[in-house]
Amino acid sequence: MSGFLSIRNLTVRLKSGVTILRSVSLDVAQGQVHGLVGESGAGKSMIGKAVLGTLPRALQVTGGEIWLDGENLLALPHDTRRKRIGATAALIPQDPLTALNPSKRIGPQITRRLVDILAWTRSDAEARALELLGEVQIPDPARVMRSYPHELSGGMRQRILIASAFAAEPKLIIADEPTTALDVTVQKQILRLIADMQVRHGTSLLFVTHDLGVVSKVCDTLSVLYAGKVVEEARMHRFFMRPIHPYSRALLAATPTYLDPTGSLTPVPESVISAVEEEVRLHDVRFGT
Amino acid sequence: MTLLRAFLIRFVTTIVTLFGVAVIVFVVIRVVPGNPIAMMLPPGATDADIARLEEQYGFDKSIFEQFLIWLGGVMQGNFGTSISLRQPVSDLVLGRLPATLELSIVALFIAVAIGGALALTGTRYRDTKTEGAVDVTAGMALSIPDFLWGLILILLFGVLWPVFHISGRISPSLNIDFSTNFYLFEALVRLRFDVIADLIGHMFMPALALAIPLAAIIAQLLKQSLKETMHLDYVTLARTKGYGENYVITREALPNAVLPTLTLVGVQFTFLIGGTVIIERLFSYEGLGNMAIDAVINRDLPLIQGIVILFALLFTLVNLFVDMLYVILNPRLRHA
Ligand SMILES: Nc1ncnc2c1ncn2[C@@H]1O[C@H](COP(=O)(O)OP(=O)(O)OP(=O)(O)O)[C@@H](O)[C@H]1O
Ligand SMILES: [Mg+2]
Repeated sequence: MSGFLSIRNLTVRLKSGVTILRSVSLDVAQGQVHGLVGESGAGKSMIGKAVLGTLPRALQVTGGEIWLDGENLLALPHDTRRKRIGATAALIPQDPLTALNPSKRIGPQITRRLVDILAWTRSDAEARALELLGEVQIPDPARVMRSYPHELSGGMRQRILIASAFAAEPKLIIADEPTTALDVTVQKQILRLIADMQVRHGTSLLFVTHDLGVVSKVCDTLSVLYAGKVVEEARMHRFFMRPIHPYSRALLAATPTYLDPTGSLTPVPESVISAVEEEVRLHDVRFGT
Repeated sequence: MTLLRAFLIRFVTTIVTLFGVAVIVFVVIRVVPGNPIAMMLPPGATDADIARLEEQYGFDKSIFEQFLIWLGGVMQGNFGTSISLRQPVSDLVLGRLPATLELSIVALFIAVAIGGALALTGTRYRDTKTEGAVDVTAGMALSIPDFLWGLILILLFGVLWPVFHISGRISPSLNIDFSTNFYLFEALVRLRFDVIADLIGHMFMPALALAIPLAAIIAQLLKQSLKETMHLDYVTLARTKGYGENYVITREALPNAVLPTLTLVGVQFTFLIGGTVIIERLFSYEGLGNMAIDAVINRDLPLIQGIVILFALLFTLVNLFVDMLYVILNPRLRHA
């Protein structure tokens, strides 16, 4: 076990038996950003949900360990685990339009959990919320605290969710495609904001995305996921210089680069897909499905 | 300004609706056979007697003329005189209204309490046998109409285990010198616990009978809505903050899940008020509904008209109240 978050051989299955995550292992080091890439449906979100304890009811963890701050979450009693996660980890969700409760003002949505779960005083929590809203560059934070979500733009809401995620100084933040639902124009700002906040607060960050270009900008390490199996885990620099797995190479080739934005965007070749499919099949044969 | 406009439109439609109801009732009860005057006179009254009284009540004129006369009276707050009870219709009707209102509102509270509890339980234990039990309970409650529930309750709590009064609104022996007919409300204000206990003892069974089908509807609708809300991102986010299932259901999901069910519950509540007619009869509860049945039996045309108009007005007000509540509870509309 090496990271602040260390996932060991995590296996998640549908109750019907279908395997969603295949012995996934990955580490997020203290204060570092770990990228999690893979195509749609690869299981990226499910890894985040397994860590945060919010897997859909149809899914269950059937094996493995999730170590957070030196403790195996999966070995903790349910309630202890929930509170531990609430106190040490936070989520920046994908869609800011649906992640805020439409019937509550912004203020309480940031402060309530500080008071309820972490036993802060109300005035401390409010001061903290104002400070953080300022930090994520929201103009007139006091007014925004009194607003309802529908009165704010998508970019504003994502800033609020970022502020809210950092509010309790969590040691780990999981950001699940935090910019995909936003306008292209604000995507860059939000990305920069998350990166800045991560550095300033020294938080460990698990950054889920399907965009290698984004990963190259913000991550220190990354894992490539295919069909619920980690095919490569690497440091950023090494990955971009010498990707080992054929699927990683194909993925890189399919990503436009800064130097050559219009360059040949080769889709992942059939041969690579069938090779990696075979790998997944062999895994299933070995570990049983 | 849009609010004022909406209010004006609402006001006009209400007036038109009530007018329509008045016309229909007026015509229908005069077309069906049965002579109110003949019924109020003792057997052996002469045709001349009947004709004299018919003239006195205006029944010798055409329906159109009668309607105009009646409408003219209504404009001045005069709904005519009851033929069978020989008192002003407005006094009679307003005297009974509090009894029916109290019964309906108590029934609504019971329905919301039972239905809400079932919905929350079903959501808390969704996809388990408990949710199945909630579904079966609601299904059974719904497949039996309110008056049959009334009979079942009478058998249970009136005959087998007689703990509640099976008839009337209040024990005649009870000494009350209240200034309104809102007995329950006034007893609550005056802290007359003996009266409250007696009223509840009388009201419990009819109110429960009225409440059971509505409770079942609330249980089903609210549970469905809650379960859908539980999948939404803000609920998941609340979980990651360390909140448990109970908090998430009641504080995050419930305020939003209530909205889509509100309108339907409002409509169903007007059905509940309609149900008081038979239920009040069943329990000899002295409310409007009971009076309505007597009025129909006696062909007491002015009284029937008065009661029907009042019911129509009540339904309109309930709908108006529900719409207002919807705006108040929905922040998106509150600031529009
Ligand atoms: N509630 C559910 N019931 C059954 N299967 C599910 C459920 N949610 C997700 N899955 C399955 O789990 C797999 C992984 O889904 P996941 O959401 O983690 O993908 P992802 O990598 O995040 O993709 P995307 O980039 O589209 O977000 C998918 O194959 C999906 O079909
Ligand atoms: Mg996803």
